[in-house]
Amino acid sequence: MSMLKSDNLTFEYIRRDEEGNVESITKALDGVCLEIKKGDFVAILGHNGSGKSTLAKHINAILMPTEGTLYVDGMDTRDEKHLWDIRQTAGMVFQNPDNQIIATVVEEDVGFGPENLGVPTQEIWERVEESLKAVGMYEYRKHSPNKLSGGQKQRVAIAGIMAMKPQCIVLDEPTAMLDPNGRREVIRTVRELNRREKVTVLLITHYMEEVIHADKVIVMDDGKIVMQGTPREIFSQVEKLKSYRMDVPQVTELAHELKKAGMPLPDGILSVEEFAQAVEKCHAHTVSTDFRPHKKEGAHPCLS
Amino acid sequence: MSIIIDKLNYIYSPGTAYEKQALTNISLVINDGEFIGLIGHTGSGKSTLIQHLNGLVKATSGGVYYNGADIYDEDYNLKELRTKVGLVFQYPEHQLFETTVLKDVQFGPKNLGLSPIEIDLRAYEALKQVGIPDDLIDASPFELSGGQKRRVAIAGVLAMKPEVLILDEPTAGLDPRGRDEILDQIAKIHEEQHITVILVSHSMEDVAKYVGRIIVMERGQVAYNDTPKNVFAHYKDLERIGLAAPQVTYAMHALKERGIPVRTDATTVEEAKVAVLAAWKGGIYDT
Amino acid sequence: MIRDITIGQYYPANSVLHRLDPRVKISGTLLYIISLFLVNNLWGYLIAALVLSAVIRASKVPFGYIVKGLKAVIILLLFTVCFNLFLTSGTPLFEWKFIRITKEGLYLAFSMAVRLTLLILGSSLMTFTTTPNELTDGMESLLSPLKKIHVPVHEVAMMMSIALRFIPILLEETDKIMKAQQARGADFETGGIIKRAKAMIPILVPLFISAFRRAGDLAMAMEARCYHGGQGRTKMKPLHYHKRDGIAWILMAAFVAVIVASRKF
Repeated sequence: MSMLKSDNLTFEYIRRDEEGNVESITKALDGVCLEIKKGDFVAILGHNGSGKSTLAKHINAILMPTEGTLYVDGMDTRDEKHLWDIRQTAGMVFQNPDNQIIATVVEEDVGFGPENLGVPTQEIWERVEESLKAVGMYEYRKHSPNKLSGGQKQRVAIAGIMAMKPQCIVLDEPTAMLDPNGRREVIRTVRELNRREKVTVLLITHYMEEVIHADKVIVMDDGKIVMQGTPREIFSQVEKLKSYRMDVPQVTELAHELKKAGMPLPDGILSVEEFAQAVEKCHAHTVSTDFRPHKKEGAHPCLS
Repeated sequence: MSIIIDKLNYIYSPGTAYEKQALTNISLVINDGEFIGLIGHTGSGKSTLIQHLNGLVKATSGGVYYNGADIYDEDYNLKELRTKVGLVFQYPEHQLFETTVLKDVQFGPKNLGLSPIEIDLRAYEALKQVGIPDDLIDASPFELSGGQKRRVAIAGVLAMKPEVLILDEPTAGLDPRGRDEILDQIAKIHEEQHITVILVSHSMEDVAKYVGRIIVMERGQVAYNDTPKNVFAHYKDLERIGLAAPQVTYAMHALKERGIPVRTDATTVEEAKVAVLAAWKGGIYDT
Repeated sequence: MIRDITIGQYYPANSVLHRLDPRVKISGTLLYIISLFLVNNLWGYLIAALVLSAVIRASKVPFGYIVKGLKAVIILLLFTVCFNLFLTSGTPLFEWKFIRITKEGLYLAFSMAVRLTLLILGSSLMTFTTTPNELTDGMESLLSPLKKIHVPVHEVAMMMSIALRFIPILLEETDKIMKAQQARGADFETGGIIKRAKAMIPILVPLFISAFRRAGDLAMAMEARCYHGGQGRTKMKPLHYHKRDGIAWILMAAFVAVIVASRKF
């Protein structure tokens, strides 16, 4: 069964002037059709203003579609009687860690969600302990969030969502305000939750290195889904990605450039290791058969 | 014409429970016209250091000399120093406050007490430098996109015509294209106006692409102060302090380990491309 | 520096005072404040000060940390002192041109200063030893009778606790914005009162915008975590009276009795 399913999802921002007349209509989402399987790790890429945050807010029923439908675990987000079930099923982590932590003690913040759900006291404590351990922040449970690093604050925010026992977590640019160490911390935590707890993850980001481990990558532009596929499929299309104001990891770009210069490398190289292997293959072939780049005939050894 | 930092120490909240040595014995020279990258992870002291350069924070001990003059001298005009050493803070768009883009950029020149014509001229010029189109200059700064707001805020500092421009993570939170656009514009300003630029960044890839010298800070001290190639040669040590070299540097080392004779000092995609192609075509290996 | 204001922040420590029921602490603080206004002689102030310092000792919050909170209100304090000192009529002690200090004025100024200082120290001690969440729960529980007349007790308490959480964040932000505008040549230190007031605009506008943005973000984050008011909400840390709370009540009653008795000294 699918975790999320949208059909022709459209959302319009209507701007009005002082008299209430419509000044302009912006389509933040334009006919998005999307299906996400349970247990998947899906990354959504897109430049600022491409509609990816608007999509995230629909999943949590913070925004309602102007047209089309979105089902979260089979529940229509427009159906008001499901509102709290939807928000419990699909938890959401936001960009600014400071603006989503409510309490002044870590454990109290993690307990906030379960309190709202009406979970009995004893179970709240169990859930808080469990989720803080899952994100590796248990020893900080008595600390003030103000004294934590950005990465730690985001992990607390993730624990706060996990304590609500969601099936899916939507992370809206959770690493945009963090330094590289904080980014790694958060991504590692999210990947572990996906693997161990089988939580469906929807990661919205514009850092390319964060999406290479995803099961599926979706690229958005102008409110539409413009690319969809595995990381390798997506990163094979360097020029196309760049046209959507995106980028590729440095090794991917390097391999792409080398290929353009005549080296027989495969498309969509994602890591340093893959790159080194591919280049080594070329060299091995070059040495044994004296294959030189100016001789264009013959099959490319790396592609076989 | 340069900035000299001499044995600078800074202690945060001295005499309280929160006393913390933020900077320890820093001595640096920043020459005219340089493009410097200042890196270090959060809490390494880099933000504190740059606030010393325009006198916003006063050192506990040690000195800062701007063009030979001691900025801690009683007669020294700190207000003037702040116009010479322009500092763009992190998320500078959070300081926008005027009703129009142009007015906001005029704030700095107005504080300098310039003539109205000069104020207009400078503001307009600064907006052009950061690539804000004419039809936006009378718009409210709060209606712009994130990247545009950021550029207007940078223009607000450029309009003071600083001799040194310091930017604290100017690309934080921007998408890849927005990031490249801002950095390209800064590089262009550096080239055309011959001003000194200090770029504080977390991105090794960005730093390697643009700067001529890297200063690495760790726990309030200068860990490295050298060209990008020489600094990134210590990539293992950089990892120890929670930093890293650009990904291509790792790629070159990985090739080398597999016995492929490439130069390992590449720090940008362009350099790496040349190095790999040279090795593959059996060119001259330079190890 | 503006960031040094500590009033209203929680100071984590493991003390009897931290473990005390928030309802006891809130009522205790109120009783203490009322007692301060019952005092009519030096003895009373001495007792009140001694008791407070004993409680501060018991709280394990460093004294210097609490005193730092006073810095924020020093102007208010000075203003009250001067007001009482110069504007109270009575037996003159000292006269020079238009300045006149009276015996009554001196006494009033002194007692106002002591009262205010103790009041601020006492109430900040409560916020130092009580997490905002506990404070919210305590307030909510104490004020719950008001629910019957449709006072939104839970909402008010929640608002208060969030305000407390954001004080340090907004102070830091103010510091940052001030520095950023100074880097653009802004001058907050010189000029007359009008010029200085005008110089605040470049700080206040960004600060308000940021506060609104944060409020919007926070509201969304709370809704996303299924917050929908006090209805059907359970508590992670429900309030239960313990033996120590009973003892605290007895001690507090004894204190009030002593203060009342001290009026006769």
